[in-house]
Amino acid sequence: MKPAPFAYLRPATLEEALAALAGQQGAKVLAGGQSLVPLLSMRLAAPSMLVDINALPDLGHVTVSPGGAGDGAGEGVRIGALARHADVLASAEATASQPLLAMALSHVAHPTIRNRGTTVGSLVHADAAAEMPMVLRLLDGSVDVASVRGRRTIPAAELFAGPLESTLAHDEIAVEAFFPALGPGAGVAFQEIARRHGDYALVGVAAHVETAGGEVTRARVGFVSVSDVPVVVDVTDALDDPAGAALAELEPADDIHATAAYRAHLVKVLTPRVLADAIHHARQTTTQGRSA
Amino acid sequence: MSIPGAEQLHDVRLHVNGSVHEVQVPARRLLSDALRHDCGLTGTHVGCEHGVCGACTILVDGRPVRSCLMLAVSAVDAEITTVEGLTEDDGSLSPVQQAFSDCHGLQCGFCTPGFLTTITAGLADNPDPSEEEAREMIAGNLCRCTGYQNIVKSVLRAAELGKGDE
Ligand SMILES: Cc1cc2nc3c(=O)[nH]c(=O)nc-3n(C[C@H](O)[C@H](O)[C@H](O)COP(=O)(O)OP(=O)(O)OC[C@H]3O[C@@H](n4cnc5c(N)ncnc54)[C@H](O)[C@@H]3O)c2cc1C
Ligand code: FES
Ligand code: FES
Repeated sequence: MKPAPFAYLRPATLEEALAALAGQQGAKVLAGGQSLVPLLSMRLAAPSMLVDINALPDLGHVTVSPGGAGDGAGEGVRIGALARHADVLASAEATASQPLLAMALSHVAHPTIRNRGTTVGSLVHADAAAEMPMVLRLLDGSVDVASVRGRRTIPAAELFAGPLESTLAHDEIAVEAFFPALGPGAGVAFQEIARRHGDYALVGVAAHVETAGGEVTRARVGFVSVSDVPVVVDVTDALDDPAGAALAELEPADDIHATAAYRAHLVKVLTPRVLADAIHHARQTTTQGRSA
Repeated sequence: MSIPGAEQLHDVRLHVNGSVHEVQVPARRLLSDALRHDCGLTGTHVGCEHGVCGACTILVDGRPVRSCLMLAVSAVDAEITTVEGLTEDDGSLSPVQQAFSDCHGLQCGFCTPGFLTTITAGLADNPDPSEEEAREMIAGNLCRCTGYQNIVKSVLRAAELGKGDE
Protein backbone atom coordinates (compact mmCIF):
# COMPACT_ATOMS: atom_id res chain seq x y z
CA MET A 1 0.00 0.00 0.00
CA LYS A 2 2.77 2.48 -0.86
CA PRO A 3 3.09 4.50 -4.05
CA ALA A 4 5.73 3.67 -6.66
CA PRO A 5 8.47 6.30 -7.08
CA PHE A 6 7.72 9.49 -9.02
CA ALA A 7 9.33 12.86 -9.56
CA TYR A 8 7.67 15.74 -7.76
CA LEU A 9 7.27 19.39 -8.63
CA ARG A 10 5.50 22.11 -6.66
CA PRO A 11 5.44 25.07 -9.05
CA ALA A 12 4.70 28.61 -7.90
CA THR A 13 3.16 29.78 -11.17
CA LEU A 14 0.59 28.35 -13.57
CA GLU A 15 3.01 28.81 -16.49
CA GLU A 16 5.63 26.67 -14.76
CA ALA A 17 3.04 23.98 -14.00
CA LEU A 18 1.80 23.91 -17.60
CA ALA A 19 5.34 23.73 -18.98
CA ALA A 20 6.12 20.79 -16.70
CA LEU A 21 3.01 18.91 -17.80
CA ALA A 22 3.73 19.62 -21.46
CA GLY A 23 7.27 18.28 -21.09
CA GLN A 24 6.37 14.94 -19.44
CA GLN A 25 3.86 12.62 -21.06
CA GLY A 26 3.53 10.60 -17.85
CA ALA A 27 3.00 13.56 -15.49
CA LYS A 28 -0.20 14.00 -13.49
CA VAL A 29 -1.74 16.89 -11.59
CA LEU A 30 -2.03 16.57 -7.79
CA ALA A 31 -4.82 18.66 -6.26
CA GLY A 32 -6.46 17.46 -3.01
CA GLY A 33 -5.12 13.95 -3.47
CA GLN A 34 -8.29 12.42 -2.06
CA SER A 35 -8.73 10.24 -5.12
CA LEU A 36 -5.23 10.25 -6.60
CA VAL A 37 -3.23 9.26 -3.49
CA PRO A 38 -5.31 6.09 -2.86
CA LEU A 39 -4.81 5.17 -6.53
CA LEU A 40 -1.04 5.67 -6.11
CA SER A 41 -0.94 3.69 -2.86
CA MET A 42 -2.84 0.80 -4.44
CA ARG A 43 -0.55 1.16 -7.47
CA LEU A 44 -3.52 1.53 -9.80
CA ALA A 45 -1.75 4.65 -11.06
CA ALA A 46 2.00 5.10 -11.50
CA PRO A 47 2.71 8.54 -13.00
CA SER A 48 6.33 9.46 -13.76
CA MET A 49 5.84 12.88 -12.16
CA LEU A 50 3.34 14.69 -9.99
CA VAL A 51 2.76 18.38 -10.56
CA ASP A 52 1.39 19.59 -7.21
CA ILE A 53 -0.80 22.62 -7.92
CA ASN A 54 -1.42 23.48 -4.24
CA ALA A 55 1.04 26.40 -4.23
CA LEU A 56 -0.38 28.09 -7.33
CA PRO A 57 -1.82 31.53 -6.61
CA ASP A 58 -5.37 32.77 -7.18
CA LEU A 59 -7.14 29.45 -7.58
CA GLY A 60 -8.89 29.17 -4.21
CA HIS A 61 -11.92 31.31 -5.02
CA VAL A 62 -15.63 30.57 -4.75
CA THR A 63 -17.40 33.58 -6.29
CA VAL A 64 -20.77 34.40 -7.72
CA SER A 65 -20.65 36.34 -10.97
CA PRO A 66 -23.65 38.24 -12.29
CA GLY A 67 -25.06 37.54 -15.74
CA GLY A 68 -24.35 39.50 -18.87
CA ALA A 69 -20.58 39.08 -18.78
CA GLY A 70 -18.75 39.20 -22.07
CA ASP A 71 -17.80 35.52 -22.00
CA GLY A 72 -21.36 34.47 -22.77
CA ALA A 73 -21.99 32.73 -19.46
CA GLY A 74 -24.88 33.97 -17.34
CA GLU A 75 -24.98 34.35 -13.57
CA GLY A 76 -23.47 31.52 -11.66
CA VAL A 77 -20.88 30.18 -9.25
CA ARG A 78 -17.22 30.13 -10.25
CA ILE A 79 -15.07 27.66 -8.33
CA GLY A 80 -11.28 27.76 -8.57
CA ALA A 81 -9.16 24.62 -8.79
CA LEU A 82 -7.91 24.98 -5.20
CA ALA A 83 -11.29 25.58 -3.57
CA ARG A 84 -11.96 22.59 -1.32
CA HIS A 85 -15.39 20.96 -1.18
CA ALA A 86 -15.64 22.44 2.35
CA ASP A 87 -15.02 25.97 1.04
CA VAL A 88 -17.83 25.64 -1.49
CA LEU A 89 -20.17 24.19 1.12
CA ALA A 90 -19.36 27.05 3.49
CA SER A 91 -20.09 29.76 0.90
CA ALA A 92 -23.52 31.25 1.65
CA GLU A 93 -23.26 33.23 -1.57
CA ALA A 94 -22.75 30.09 -3.64
CA THR A 95 -25.63 28.30 -1.92
CA ALA A 96 -27.95 31.26 -2.52
CA SER A 97 -27.04 31.38 -6.20
CA GLN A 98 -27.26 27.63 -6.86
CA PRO A 99 -28.72 25.64 -3.94
CA LEU A 100 -28.02 22.28 -5.63
CA LEU A 101 -24.30 22.71 -4.89
CA ALA A 102 -24.74 22.44 -1.13
CA MET A 103 -27.53 19.85 -1.44
CA ALA A 104 -25.16 17.55 -3.33
CA LEU A 105 -21.91 18.44 -1.55
CA SER A 106 -23.28 17.43 1.84
CA HIS A 107 -23.32 13.88 0.41
CA VAL A 108 -19.73 14.01 -0.89
CA ALA A 109 -17.64 11.91 1.50
CA HIS A 110 -17.09 12.96 5.13
CA PRO A 111 -16.12 16.45 6.33
CA THR A 112 -12.47 15.40 6.79
CA ILE A 113 -12.23 14.36 3.12
CA ARG A 114 -14.05 17.53 2.06
CA ASN A 115 -11.42 19.64 3.86
CA ARG A 116 -8.85 18.51 1.32
CA GLY A 117 -10.66 17.29 -1.81
CA THR A 118 -11.36 19.93 -4.44
CA THR A 119 -14.61 20.30 -6.38
CA VAL A 120 -12.73 20.89 -9.63
CA GLY A 121 -10.61 17.78 -8.98
CA SER A 122 -13.76 15.76 -8.51
CA LEU A 123 -15.08 16.96 -11.90
CA VAL A 124 -11.84 16.12 -13.71
CA HIS A 125 -11.61 12.75 -11.95
CA ALA A 126 -14.97 12.02 -13.65
CA ASP A 127 -16.21 9.28 -11.34
CA ALA A 128 -19.79 8.34 -12.23
CA ALA A 129 -20.24 7.48 -8.54
CA ALA A 130 -19.36 11.07 -7.58
CA GLU A 131 -22.02 13.70 -7.05
CA MET A 132 -20.49 16.84 -8.57
CA PRO A 133 -19.87 15.59 -12.15
CA MET A 134 -23.57 14.74 -12.40
CA VAL A 135 -24.54 18.12 -10.91
CA LEU A 136 -22.35 19.95 -13.46
CA ARG A 137 -23.96 17.93 -16.26
CA LEU A 138 -27.50 18.50 -14.97
CA LEU A 139 -26.97 22.25 -14.68
CA ASP A 140 -25.13 22.49 -18.03
CA GLY A 141 -22.07 24.02 -16.41
CA SER A 142 -18.55 24.03 -17.80
CA VAL A 143 -14.88 23.76 -16.91
CA ASP A 144 -12.14 26.17 -18.02
CA VAL A 145 -8.82 24.52 -18.76
CA ALA A 146 -5.37 25.88 -19.52
CA SER A 147 -2.33 24.44 -21.31
CA VAL A 148 0.76 25.78 -23.02
CA ARG A 149 -1.44 25.95 -26.11
CA GLY A 150 -3.87 28.40 -24.47
CA ARG A 151 -7.24 28.25 -22.73
CA ARG A 152 -10.54 26.66 -23.62
CA THR A 153 -13.93 26.05 -22.04
CA ILE A 154 -15.29 22.51 -21.98
CA PRO A 155 -19.10 22.33 -21.65
CA ALA A 156 -20.30 19.64 -19.21
CA ALA A 157 -21.91 17.69 -22.06
CA GLU A 158 -18.41 17.19 -23.55
CA LEU A 159 -16.42 16.66 -20.34
CA PHE A 160 -17.13 13.05 -19.41
CA ALA A 161 -15.71 10.46 -21.78
CA GLY A 162 -15.96 7.20 -19.85
CA PRO A 163 -15.37 5.58 -16.46
CA LEU A 164 -12.88 7.86 -14.61
CA GLU A 165 -12.09 9.58 -17.90
CA SER A 166 -12.57 13.23 -18.75
CA THR A 167 -11.75 14.89 -22.07
CA LEU A 168 -8.88 16.99 -20.70
CA ALA A 169 -5.63 16.45 -22.58
CA HIS A 170 -2.72 15.15 -20.47
CA ASP A 171 -1.09 18.60 -20.41
CA GLU A 172 -4.20 20.56 -19.40
CA ILE A 173 -4.99 21.94 -15.95
CA ALA A 174 -8.58 22.71 -15.04
CA VAL A 175 -8.47 26.17 -13.50
CA GLU A 176 -12.13 26.89 -12.81
CA ALA A 177 -15.58 25.33 -12.90
CA PHE A 178 -18.76 27.25 -13.62
CA PHE A 179 -22.17 26.21 -12.24
CA PRO A 180 -25.08 28.31 -13.57
CA ALA A 181 -27.30 30.01 -10.99
CA LEU A 182 -30.84 28.84 -10.30
CA GLY A 183 -33.08 30.73 -12.71
CA PRO A 184 -36.42 32.36 -11.87
CA GLY A 185 -39.18 29.76 -11.53
CA ALA A 186 -36.61 26.95 -11.33
CA GLY A 187 -36.21 24.38 -8.56
CA VAL A 188 -33.69 21.67 -7.65
CA ALA A 189 -33.51 18.69 -5.33
CA PHE A 190 -31.10 15.89 -4.44
CA GLN A 191 -31.36 12.59 -2.61
CA GLU A 192 -29.16 9.54 -2.39
CA ILE A 193 -29.06 6.17 -0.76
CA ALA A 194 -25.65 5.11 0.56
CA ARG A 195 -24.76 2.30 2.95
CA ARG A 196 -23.61 4.97 5.39
CA HIS A 197 -24.00 8.73 5.01
CA GLY A 198 -20.81 10.04 3.37
CA ASP A 199 -20.03 6.81 1.54
CA TYR A 200 -20.35 6.66 -2.23
CA ALA A 201 -24.00 6.44 -3.28
CA LEU A 202 -25.63 3.16 -4.28
CA VAL A 203 -27.87 5.49 -6.28
CA GLY A 204 -28.10 9.28 -6.19
CA VAL A 205 -30.70 11.37 -7.99
CA ALA A 206 -30.91 15.12 -8.63
CA ALA A 207 -33.67 17.00 -10.43
CA HIS A 208 -33.81 20.40 -12.10
CA VAL A 209 -37.19 21.81 -13.11
CA GLU A 210 -38.36 25.04 -14.70
CA THR A 211 -41.87 26.31 -14.09
CA ALA A 212 -44.01 29.12 -15.48
CA GLY A 213 -47.28 30.11 -13.82
CA GLY A 214 -46.96 27.05 -11.56
CA GLU A 215 -46.79 24.66 -14.55
CA VAL A 216 -43.69 22.58 -15.22
CA THR A 217 -42.20 23.63 -18.54
CA ARG A 218 -39.00 21.59 -18.39
CA ALA A 219 -37.85 18.77 -16.13
CA ARG A 220 -34.53 16.90 -16.13
CA VAL A 221 -33.18 14.27 -13.79
CA GLY A 222 -29.53 13.23 -13.24
CA PHE A 223 -28.21 9.96 -11.82
CA VAL A 224 -25.14 9.03 -9.75
CA SER A 225 -23.75 5.46 -9.62
CA VAL A 226 -26.02 3.92 -12.24
CA SER A 227 -23.80 4.12 -15.32
CA ASP A 228 -20.20 4.69 -16.44
CA VAL A 229 -20.65 8.43 -16.99
CA PRO A 230 -23.04 10.93 -15.42
CA VAL A 231 -26.42 10.59 -17.16
CA VAL A 232 -29.15 13.19 -17.42
CA VAL A 233 -32.62 12.28 -18.71
CA ASP A 234 -35.19 14.80 -19.92
CA VAL A 235 -38.54 13.82 -18.38
CA THR A 236 -40.54 16.90 -19.38
CA ASP A 237 -42.94 14.71 -21.38
CA ALA A 238 -43.04 11.92 -18.81
CA LEU A 239 -44.04 13.68 -15.61
CA ASP A 240 -46.55 10.93 -14.80
CA ASP A 241 -43.87 8.21 -15.03
CA PRO A 242 -40.42 9.83 -14.80
CA ALA A 243 -38.78 6.67 -13.44
CA GLY A 244 -40.04 4.65 -16.41
CA ALA A 245 -38.61 7.22 -18.79
CA ALA A 246 -35.32 7.22 -16.90
CA LEU A 247 -35.00 3.42 -16.78
CA ALA A 248 -35.58 3.26 -20.53
CA GLU A 249 -32.28 5.14 -20.89
CA LEU A 250 -30.29 3.65 -18.00
CA GLU A 251 -28.60 0.31 -17.66
CA PRO A 252 -27.83 -0.12 -13.95
CA ALA A 253 -25.01 -2.59 -13.30
CA ASP A 254 -24.16 -5.01 -10.47
CA ASP A 255 -21.26 -4.44 -8.12
CA ILE A 256 -20.31 -5.85 -4.73
CA HIS A 257 -22.59 -3.38 -2.93
CA ALA A 258 -25.81 -3.68 -4.92
CA THR A 259 -27.40 -5.75 -7.69
CA ALA A 260 -28.59 -4.15 -10.92
CA ALA A 261 -32.17 -4.96 -9.89
CA TYR A 262 -31.78 -3.18 -6.56
CA ARG A 263 -30.30 -0.13 -8.32
CA ALA A 264 -33.24 -0.08 -10.74
CA HIS A 265 -35.57 -0.29 -7.74
CA LEU A 266 -33.85 2.70 -6.13
CA VAL A 267 -34.17 4.65 -9.38
CA LYS A 268 -37.89 3.79 -9.41
CA VAL A 269 -38.40 4.99 -5.85
CA LEU A 270 -36.13 8.04 -5.83
CA THR A 271 -36.90 9.59 -9.22
CA PRO A 272 -40.53 10.63 -8.60
CA ARG A 273 -39.68 11.65 -5.05
CA VAL A 274 -36.80 13.94 -6.05
CA LEU A 275 -38.76 15.36 -8.98
CA ALA A 276 -41.64 16.23 -6.63
CA ASP A 277 -39.15 17.89 -4.25
CA ALA A 278 -37.74 19.99 -7.10
CA ILE A 279 -41.21 21.08 -8.25
CA HIS A 280 -42.04 22.01 -4.66
CA HIS A 281 -38.77 23.94 -4.44
CA ALA A 282 -39.56 25.82 -7.67
CA ARG A 283 -43.00 26.82 -6.39
CA GLN A 284 -41.62 27.82 -3.00
CA THR A 285 -38.85 29.97 -4.45
CA THR A 286 -41.32 31.59 -6.88
CA THR A 287 -43.88 32.48 -4.21
CA GLN A 288 -41.27 33.65 -1.70
CA GLY A 289 -39.24 35.43 -4.32
CA ARG A 290 -35.61 34.54 -4.16
CA SER A 291 -33.91 36.51 -1.46
CA ALA A 292 -30.21 37.23 -1.79
CA MET B 1 19.52 10.13 -11.25
CA SER B 2 23.08 8.94 -11.51
CA ILE B 3 22.76 5.71 -9.52
CA PRO B 4 20.20 3.43 -11.14
CA GLY B 5 17.46 2.61 -8.67
CA ALA B 6 18.39 5.41 -6.30
CA GLU B 7 15.43 7.59 -5.52
CA GLN B 8 15.72 11.35 -5.23
CA LEU B 9 15.28 12.57 -1.68
CA HIS B 10 13.66 15.88 -0.83
CA ASP B 11 14.59 18.08 2.10
CA VAL B 12 11.30 18.85 3.78
CA ARG B 13 10.68 21.11 6.73
CA LEU B 14 7.59 20.01 8.64
CA HIS B 15 5.94 22.16 11.30
CA VAL B 16 4.46 19.73 13.79
CA ASN B 17 2.99 20.56 17.19
CA GLY B 18 4.90 23.83 17.30
CA SER B 19 8.29 22.24 16.51
CA VAL B 20 10.21 22.11 13.27
CA HIS B 21 11.26 18.71 11.88
CA GLU B 22 13.79 18.67 9.04
CA VAL B 23 13.36 15.39 7.20
CA GLN B 24 14.75 13.85 4.04
CA VAL B 25 12.15 11.82 2.20
CA PRO B 26 11.30 10.49 -1.24
CA ALA B 27 8.35 12.27 -2.90
CA ARG B 28 6.18 9.20 -2.38
CA ARG B 29 6.51 9.26 1.43
CA LEU B 30 2.98 9.55 2.84
CA LEU B 31 2.65 12.20 5.52
CA SER B 32 1.40 9.54 7.96
CA ASP B 33 4.67 7.60 7.48
CA ALA B 34 6.80 10.74 7.70
CA LEU B 35 5.20 11.62 11.03
CA ARG B 36 5.67 8.09 12.39
CA HIS B 37 9.04 7.09 10.96
CA ASP B 38 10.85 10.34 10.22
CA CYS B 39 9.54 12.47 13.09
CA GLY B 40 9.09 9.63 15.57
CA LEU B 41 5.56 10.71 16.38
CA THR B 42 3.88 7.30 16.48
CA GLY B 43 0.63 8.56 17.96
CA THR B 44 -0.80 8.93 14.46
CA HIS B 45 -2.07 5.47 13.55
CA VAL B 46 -2.32 3.90 10.13
CA GLY B 47 -5.17 1.53 9.32
CA CYS B 48 -6.49 1.40 5.78
CA GLU B 49 -4.17 3.83 3.96
CA HIS B 50 -6.89 4.87 1.55
CA GLY B 51 -8.83 7.45 3.49
CA VAL B 52 -11.65 5.29 4.83
CA CYS B 53 -10.88 4.50 8.48
CA GLY B 54 -9.78 7.85 9.88
CA ALA B 55 -7.11 6.43 12.25
CA CYS B 56 -4.47 8.67 10.66
CA THR B 57 -6.46 11.91 11.01
CA ILE B 58 -4.34 14.94 11.98
CA LEU B 59 -5.03 18.67 11.96
CA VAL B 60 -3.61 20.68 9.08
CA ASP B 61 -3.97 24.39 9.77
CA GLY B 62 -6.60 23.44 12.34
CA ARG B 63 -8.75 21.32 10.04
CA PRO B 64 -8.94 17.51 10.26
CA VAL B 65 -7.21 15.84 7.31
CA ARG B 66 -6.25 12.23 6.48
CA SER B 67 -2.47 12.07 6.77
CA CYS B 68 -2.39 8.90 4.63
CA LEU B 69 -3.80 10.94 1.72
CA MET B 70 -1.16 13.68 1.84
CA LEU B 71 2.42 13.50 0.71
CA ALA B 72 5.03 14.73 3.18
CA VAL B 73 6.56 16.88 0.42
CA SER B 74 3.30 18.75 -0.01
CA ALA B 75 2.96 19.54 3.71
CA VAL B 76 5.74 22.15 3.69
CA ASP B 77 3.51 25.17 4.14
CA ALA B 78 1.24 23.57 6.72
CA GLU B 79 0.91 23.85 10.49
CA ILE B 80 0.37 20.26 11.62
CA THR B 81 -1.10 19.03 14.91
CA THR B 82 -0.94 15.33 15.78
CA VAL B 83 -2.51 13.62 18.76
CA GLU B 84 0.72 14.31 20.68
CA GLY B 85 0.04 18.01 20.25
CA LEU B 86 -3.37 17.96 21.90
CA THR B 87 -2.22 17.95 25.53
CA GLU B 88 -2.21 21.25 27.38
CA ASP B 89 1.05 23.19 27.73
CA ASP B 90 1.48 21.94 31.31
CA GLY B 91 1.22 18.34 30.08
CA SER B 92 -2.28 17.72 31.42
CA LEU B 93 -4.95 16.12 29.26
CA SER B 94 -7.04 18.27 26.94
CA PRO B 95 -10.84 18.28 27.52
CA VAL B 96 -11.33 15.75 24.71
CA GLN B 97 -8.62 13.43 26.05
CA GLN B 98 -9.98 13.76 29.60
CA ALA B 99 -13.50 13.01 28.37
CA PHE B 100 -12.35 9.80 26.63
CA SER B 101 -10.75 8.74 29.91
CA ASP B 102 -13.84 9.67 31.97
CA CYS B 103 -16.35 7.97 29.65
CA HIS B 104 -14.37 4.89 28.53
CA GLY B 105 -14.37 6.25 25.00
CA LEU B 106 -11.86 3.63 23.89
CA GLN B 107 -11.11 -0.05 24.17
CA CYS B 108 -8.07 -1.13 22.14
CA GLY B 109 -7.27 2.51 21.38
CA PHE B 110 -6.22 1.99 17.78
CA CYS B 111 -8.79 4.40 16.38
CA THR B 112 -8.43 6.87 19.24
CA PRO B 113 -5.85 9.34 17.85
CA GLY B 114 -8.08 9.95 14.82
CA PHE B 115 -11.14 10.44 17.00
CA LEU B 116 -9.31 12.84 19.34
CA THR B 117 -8.07 15.08 16.54
CA THR B 118 -11.40 15.00 14.67
CA ILE B 119 -13.40 15.85 17.80
CA THR B 120 -10.97 18.58 18.88
CA ALA B 121 -11.56 20.40 15.59
CA GLY B 122 -15.27 19.55 15.63
CA LEU B 123 -15.77 21.15 19.04
CA ALA B 124 -13.80 24.22 17.99
CA ASP B 125 -16.41 24.69 15.24
CA ASN B 126 -19.40 23.68 17.35
CA PRO B 127 -18.64 23.89 21.10
CA ASP B 128 -22.13 22.76 22.16
CA PRO B 129 -23.24 19.86 19.93
CA SER B 130 -26.50 17.94 20.28
CA GLU B 131 -26.21 14.15 20.49
CA GLU B 132 -27.04 13.97 16.79
CA GLU B 133 -24.38 16.55 15.95
CA ALA B 134 -21.91 14.59 18.07
CA ARG B 135 -22.68 11.48 15.99
CA GLU B 136 -22.30 13.46 12.79
CA MET B 137 -18.94 14.81 14.03
CA ILE B 138 -17.45 11.30 14.30
CA ALA B 139 -19.22 9.74 11.30
CA GLY B 140 -16.08 9.65 9.15
CA ASN B 141 -14.06 7.59 11.64
CA LEU B 142 -14.24 3.83 12.13
CA CYS B 143 -13.93 2.03 15.48
CA ARG B 144 -14.05 -1.75 15.65
CA CYS B 145 -14.40 -2.02 19.43
CA THR B 146 -16.67 0.43 21.16
CA GLY B 147 -19.99 0.50 19.34
CA TYR B 148 -19.55 4.29 19.38
CA GLN B 149 -21.88 4.85 22.38
CA ASN B 150 -19.11 5.90 24.72
CA ILE B 151 -17.39 7.94 22.02
CA VAL B 152 -20.59 9.96 21.56
CA LYS B 153 -20.75 10.37 25.35
CA SER B 154 -17.13 11.52 25.30
CA VAL B 155 -17.91 14.21 22.72
CA LEU B 156 -20.71 15.57 24.90
CA ARG B 157 -18.55 15.33 28.06
CA ALA B 158 -15.67 17.11 26.33
CA ALA B 159 -18.05 19.92 25.38
CA GLU B 160 -18.98 20.23 29.08
CA LEU B 161 -15.34 20.21 30.17
CA GLY B 162 -14.49 22.76 27.50
CA LYS B 163 -17.11 25.13 28.82
CA GLY B 164 -16.01 24.57 32.44
CA ASP B 165 -12.48 25.56 31.50
CA GLU B 166 -13.49 29.02 30.40
C1 LIG C 1 -12.96 7.87 1.91
C2 LIG C 1 -13.34 8.70 0.72
C3 LIG C 1 -14.68 8.84 0.39
C4 LIG C 1 -15.06 9.62 -0.69
N1 LIG C 1 -16.38 9.71 -0.97
C5 LIG C 1 -16.78 10.46 -2.03
C6 LIG C 1 -18.17 10.60 -2.35
O1 LIG C 1 -19.05 10.07 -1.66
N2 LIG C 1 -18.49 11.35 -3.43
C7 LIG C 1 -17.54 11.97 -4.20
O2 LIG C 1 -17.89 12.64 -5.16
N3 LIG C 1 -16.24 11.87 -3.91
C8 LIG C 1 -15.84 11.14 -2.86
N4 LIG C 1 -14.48 11.05 -2.58
C9 LIG C 1 -13.50 11.73 -3.48
C10 LIG C 1 -13.31 13.19 -3.16
O3 LIG C 1 -14.49 13.90 -3.43
C11 LIG C 1 -12.16 13.86 -3.94
O4 LIG C 1 -12.02 15.13 -3.43
C12 LIG C 1 -12.30 14.04 -5.45
O5 LIG C 1 -12.65 12.86 -6.09
C13 LIG C 1 -10.99 14.45 -6.13
O6 LIG C 1 -10.58 15.71 -5.79
P1 LIG C 1 -9.07 15.96 -5.35
O7 LIG C 1 -8.89 17.42 -5.32
O8 LIG C 1 -8.78 15.20 -4.13
O9 LIG C 1 -8.26 15.39 -6.62
P2 LIG C 1 -6.95 14.51 -6.71
O10 LIG C 1 -7.12 13.25 -5.95
O11 LIG C 1 -5.76 15.32 -6.41
O12 LIG C 1 -6.96 14.20 -8.28
C14 LIG C 1 -7.93 13.33 -8.87
C15 LIG C 1 -7.69 13.26 -10.38
O13 LIG C 1 -7.99 14.49 -11.00
C16 LIG C 1 -6.85 15.10 -11.59
N5 LIG C 1 -6.93 16.53 -11.26
C17 LIG C 1 -7.29 17.07 -10.06
N6 LIG C 1 -7.35 18.40 -10.14
C18 LIG C 1 -7.03 18.74 -11.42
C19 LIG C 1 -6.96 19.97 -12.13
N7 LIG C 1 -7.23 21.14 -11.53
N8 LIG C 1 -6.61 19.94 -13.43
C20 LIG C 1 -6.35 18.76 -14.04
N9 LIG C 1 -6.42 17.57 -13.44
C21 LIG C 1 -6.76 17.55 -12.14
C22 LIG C 1 -5.66 14.39 -11.00
O14 LIG C 1 -4.56 14.37 -11.88
C23 LIG C 1 -6.22 13.01 -10.76
O15 LIG C 1 -6.21 12.26 -11.93
C24 LIG C 1 -14.07 10.28 -1.49
C25 LIG C 1 -12.72 10.16 -1.16
C26 LIG C 1 -12.35 9.38 -0.07
C27 LIG C 1 -10.90 9.26 0.27
S1 FES D 1 -5.10 5.12 7.49
FE1 FES D 1 -5.68 7.04 6.76
S2 FES D 1 -7.80 6.89 6.72
FE2 FES D 1 -7.25 4.87 7.22
S1 FES E 1 -11.16 1.35 20.39
FE1 FES E 1 -10.52 -0.33 19.20
S2 FES E 1 -10.85 0.38 17.18
FE2 FES E 1 -11.75 1.91 18.38
